[in-house]
Amino acid sequence: MGLNEVLVKKKPVIVRDWFDKVVDTYPSDTSRFLKSQKDPFANPVGNTTLRGLEGMFDEILAGMDNTALLSFLDPIIRIRAVQSFSASQATGFIFSLKNILRTAAEKEIHENPSEWLKLDSRIDTLGLLSFDIYMGCREKVYEIKAFEEKNRMYRVLERSGLLKESGVPKESGVPE
Amino acid sequence: MADDLAKPGELLSKLSYSRPGTGWMDTPVNIRKGMYSYAANPKSLETLGFPYARQWNPTDEDWKLPENWQEILHKGFKERLDKFRSFKVFMDICVRCGACADKCHFFIGTGDPKNMPVLRAELLRSIYRNDFTMAGKIFGRLAGAREMTVDVLKEWWYYMFQCTECRRCSVFCPYGIDTAEITIMGRELLNLIGLNIDWIATPVSNCYRTGNHLGIQPHAFKEMLEFFVEEIKDITDIDVEPSFNRKGAEILFITPSGDVFADPGTYTCMGYMMLFKYLKDKYGFDVTWSTYASEGGNFGFFTSHETMKRLNAKMYAEAKRLGVKWILGGECGHMWRVITQYMDTMNGPADFLEVPKSPITGTVFENAASTKMVHISEFVADLIRHKKLDLDPSRNDNLKVTFHDSCNPSRGMGMLEEPRYVIKNVCNHFYEMPANTIRENTFCCGSGAGLNAGENMEQRMCGGFPRANAVKYVHEKHGVNMLACVCAIDRAVFPPLMDYWVPGVQVTGMTELVANALIMPGEKERETDLRGEPLPGKEESDE
Repeated sequence: MGLNEVLVKKKPVIVRDWFDKVVDTYPSDTSRFLKSQKDPFANPVGNTTLRGLEGMFDEILAGMDNTALLSFLDPIIRIRAVQSFSASQATGFIFSLKNILRTAAEKEIHENPSEWLKLDSRIDTLGLLSFDIYMGCREKVYEIKAFEEKNRMYRVLERSGLLKESGVPKESGVPE
Repeated sequence: MADDLAKPGELLSKLSYSRPGTGWMDTPVNIRKGMYSYAANPKSLETLGFPYARQWNPTDEDWKLPENWQEILHKGFKERLDKFRSFKVFMDICVRCGACADKCHFFIGTGDPKNMPVLRAELLRSIYRNDFTMAGKIFGRLAGAREMTVDVLKEWWYYMFQCTECRRCSVFCPYGIDTAEITIMGRELLNLIGLNIDWIATPVSNCYRTGNHLGIQPHAFKEMLEFFVEEIKDITDIDVEPSFNRKGAEILFITPSGDVFADPGTYTCMGYMMLFKYLKDKYGFDVTWSTYASEGGNFGFFTSHETMKRLNAKMYAEAKRLGVKWILGGECGHMWRVITQYMDTMNGPADFLEVPKSPITGTVFENAASTKMVHISEFVADLIRHKKLDLDPSRNDNLKVTFHDSCNPSRGMGMLEEPRYVIKNVCNHFYEMPANTIRENTFCCGSGAGLNAGENMEQRMCGGFPRANAVKYVHEKHGVNMLACVCAIDRAVFPPLMDYWVPGVQVTGMTELVANALIMPGEKERETDLRGEPLPGKEESDE
């Protein structure tokens, strides 16, 4: 059996292990909640994470469609970028997939080294992509911090003529 | 230079991907940038006559506490246990069943267990047991007690200001423990030793001096509204002629100053003015604004009962001075909790006012018989119900609207239907968010109770995530592009929250939508909405 076929077959176990790895980066009381609550609105962190990991796993095996990958990876990183994680902690979970795959398909990896190298490199790509997203999120937070105050107050004062010049650019990331 | 660089091995040894293995009492607080608001400006505290005003920094080891700070807190704790029966009961009756644990938006968003409402309350309870219960004194930690130390104090401060007092947790508590009341007490105690945050202390000080949180003086307040008069004239060709501080008016209108000075609340403010003009022309509606009671919001609520009372008093005082019959209130959040649950006890009875009765429909607002203050949503819903407004909802056809129940109007005053009724009558496209995120289960915006500062943006993004997640769902499913609410803090904090989590969704107040749809007598054919955006069908003529 080819490596891909085995991994497709073992998807539920692999994704579950991967999910456990990710949520175990939270304190134990929190990870218990993230694993047990299935309602996507009562537990948005857990459910966003699980959905994202499932989607990414399919993409790693299938073809790495950039748009699809982003739609699965971005929501996870967007959450972790504002929680109490360092950059490496926020993005590092991508690489834990490697160990999980090595354990799940040890024999097949030995038999199909070239297939494994391809997958291995795809996971590296995901790691790099997650770092880009993380940086984008951090920049967004700082942009919001910088513009919010000016946008919501000074512009209206300026519009009313109470301020001569606010120095706030017309274009900004924050919608009115 | 190379000597300064850490070796790879050293770097790796500092990395830890494992979670803390210690229990909550032994996991020290880590005050993280982005998760707290700056310490109160001492000048603001001095203005209010608060004790121990000083410069201090939450990340410094030394918080420059008064020497006998433990004694002050102990005395303050005791006083409040004696004074507020509810506080004493809430300290005693929790059985730690965990029903509240996963209901807090801050816990869900941050993943920090100390944001579970039960644990946030345990921060206080552990000291309560130690200082005031026999079991705690004898059995110590076995009974869940611990001594007050600087580390515990820092934990108090950090987590009491990671609660928006939204009361979602209390909906699920089988004993009805109102964890917001515990936060309120925690903050009161912290204020006894000068530990407020500036985003609360300075607005409170401003409000105390000038009548509103921003410290805008009466002439600027008036000028701002006059500016809106010009904007409205451009759009409708009608002069809405607001009246200010007019003695003998039938009704006094009070709204949060955020509506007057902060986008996009300003459009809601224009909406009030247009509505009042319409009602005046059609039915002789007699309302006045006040440049003295120029703030409906009450950040004193986030400071102490005494401060809340002081700021609230100006509403009744102004109503008395002007000799109005009753008060109409604008779209605000905590203003309504203060009015519904505290005002009458603190500054009432307002027996110089009359039970509010709509001069247009004759409806008597029995629910406001005691407070004498009616919410604009109730008032407008009643007008629509009696077909007193000429409306063209198609003017809002470019909007797919959802409604966020602001915590205080929904859970604090039980107002769930009125804003929905109004919005559905002025908009053709309305979609509800999932049931467990609205009405009495609504998720907080994550920035209420004085936490809408800028420096704590990570905290706000985490706290607002459960709400944003539900908005994202209706945005993707139905194409929702407008988030409506009836709270000035919501209107101020949702734009950045949407920008981070759900780009493409804008934020509006209910009355802005009403004013867009309102057909005013003698108006010119409108080309744009209140924001200057072309109305549906008018896009081409705009080019």
